[in-house]
Amino acid sequence: MNFLTALRPIAFVAVLLVLWQIGVAHEPSHLLPGPWGVVGGIADLVRHGLLLKYVVASLFRVTWGFLLAAATAIPLGLIIGWYRRAEMAVNPILQILRPISPLAWIPIAILWFGVGDLAAISLIFIGCFLPLLLSAVNAVHGIPEVYLNAGRNFGLNTRDLLTRVFYPAVMPQLIIGLRITLGVAWLVVVAAEMIAVNSGLGFLIVDARNAGNRYDLVLAGMVLIGVIGLMLDTAMRRFERIKSVQWGYSEN
Amino acid sequence: MSLGEAAAARQAWKSKLFADGVSMAFERDGKDTPVLENISLEVGDGEFVCLLGPSGCGKSTLLSAMAGFLTPTGGEIRIDGEAVRGPDPRRIFVFQERGVFPWLTVEGNIAFGLFKLGRGERERRIRYYVKMVGLEGFEKAYPHELSGGMKQRLEVARALAVNPDMLFLDEPFGALDSITRLIMRRELLRIWEAERKTIIFVTHDIDEAVQLADRVVVLSARPARIQQIVEIDIPHPRDLSSRRYLELRDGIFQQIGLAHKV
Ligand SMILES: Nc1ncnc2c1ncn2[C@@H]1O[C@H](COP(=O)(O)OP(=O)(O)OP(=O)(O)O)[C@@H](O)[C@H]1O
Ligand SMILES: [Mg+2]
Repeated sequence: MNFLTALRPIAFVAVLLVLWQIGVAHEPSHLLPGPWGVVGGIADLVRHGLLLKYVVASLFRVTWGFLLAAATAIPLGLIIGWYRRAEMAVNPILQILRPISPLAWIPIAILWFGVGDLAAISLIFIGCFLPLLLSAVNAVHGIPEVYLNAGRNFGLNTRDLLTRVFYPAVMPQLIIGLRITLGVAWLVVVAAEMIAVNSGLGFLIVDARNAGNRYDLVLAGMVLIGVIGLMLDTAMRRFERIKSVQWGYSEN
Repeated sequence: MSLGEAAAARQAWKSKLFADGVSMAFERDGKDTPVLENISLEVGDGEFVCLLGPSGCGKSTLLSAMAGFLTPTGGEIRIDGEAVRGPDPRRIFVFQERGVFPWLTVEGNIAFGLFKLGRGERERRIRYYVKMVGLEGFEKAYPHELSGGMKQRLEVARALAVNPDMLFLDEPFGALDSITRLIMRRELLRIWEAERKTIIFVTHDIDEAVQLADRVVVLSARPARIQQIVEIDIPHPRDLSSRRYLELRDGIFQQIGLAHKV
């Protein structure tokens, strides 16, 4: 039963691939390369040593942009969430910045950092900062007061209260925020690489089109982005299975 | 009781907690809503007192103030002669809304307040209290893997493990089924008789109050005032069908304005 359940999505994908191949065979106008064409495109990338290079380049930027944002936005968000007055002060700014797409920052990022890694990383940073900040603020608001009171009742000093109650209490929500934001980072890096750099999966897609309409490479890039995005999400989901945070998801 | 015995009993009676004209008001919509009005109460060392009153009257508020989580807007609370300034590990509060830490195992929860003890003593207490509340075999389980009653017992164990001299229990058995509730009451009485802690127990269940307490403090609807203090002069274990028990219970029913009929 379980085996069959696992098989179902795989079978579905296989059917789609077959339909795609049949469709392409009947319509030779090359609106879209077929699945075999895409496989060939990926093989081409491997042959030229570009696959690993581009994937690593994209992951490198995402890692730095994401980690820098996490290292700054989360502590800041926790502090803001804790001090209600700080929140009232910064909230209007946050609400104005929130609807601005990270992509709107592209010109400024290039102006400040030139075309290169730094511009791409800064865009990812910008794209991750607000979501992480807001999820940290909300995580603090979600701490039931009874836990803090119980912690104080057992005679914890402020530092122990932070490490033994506050920190474990915000963890589940923070992990969700990190996972969703990593997805955002992966979206932003592709867009940033289309404009601000000369390598990476986003660059691959525009470059393949501009330099000879290699739509097999365009699709190869898209497939890689999808697969790696899925892998990142799966990796982040593992954190949600840690026993000491499960309470944050399984309640109700 | 002979006169001599009564005098001896009075001699042995030592004051533990003293609430001196405690009032509390919360601000709502810019208006002060009084919740507690001029509550004065003295609780003896080792005494078991039940606070009884209708839902929303201010029982949790009064208990929180006694435990130092809230500062009353009027009056003062003293424990062992000292004004209460904040929560203290010598007096543990068992919360009405589940207060066990969901990120810690059963063991971790019981050990939470034992950080000042050596490893051996800590292990010993964990084992002792796990056994006392019947959670053997669940040492490594997380609260979300336990039933409601087990969580409640865990919180009581966590409180007892630090060996406090006072316990504030806010409807600790409210969420349990009637059988578990009876067992837990018996268990609590057993612990209380063995360790003679001062216990202040909030409930809105008249039977529960009469079964457990030395004295029942009957509170009025909000704002809470002390309506009456009923001494329960039945020795433990109490016979729940004895005349005296029914008399006391029905007396409180009448006091609250409920004829004992449905
Ligand atoms: N922090 C607060 N701010 C404003 N009002 C409050 C606050 N805490 C309690 N109240 C109000 O005080 C009143 C008494 O609340 P309390 O929790 O003490 O009642 P209770 O007797 O414990 O009720 P129950 O038996 O339902 O637990 C309620 O009307 C409640 O709305
Ligand atoms: Mg209450």
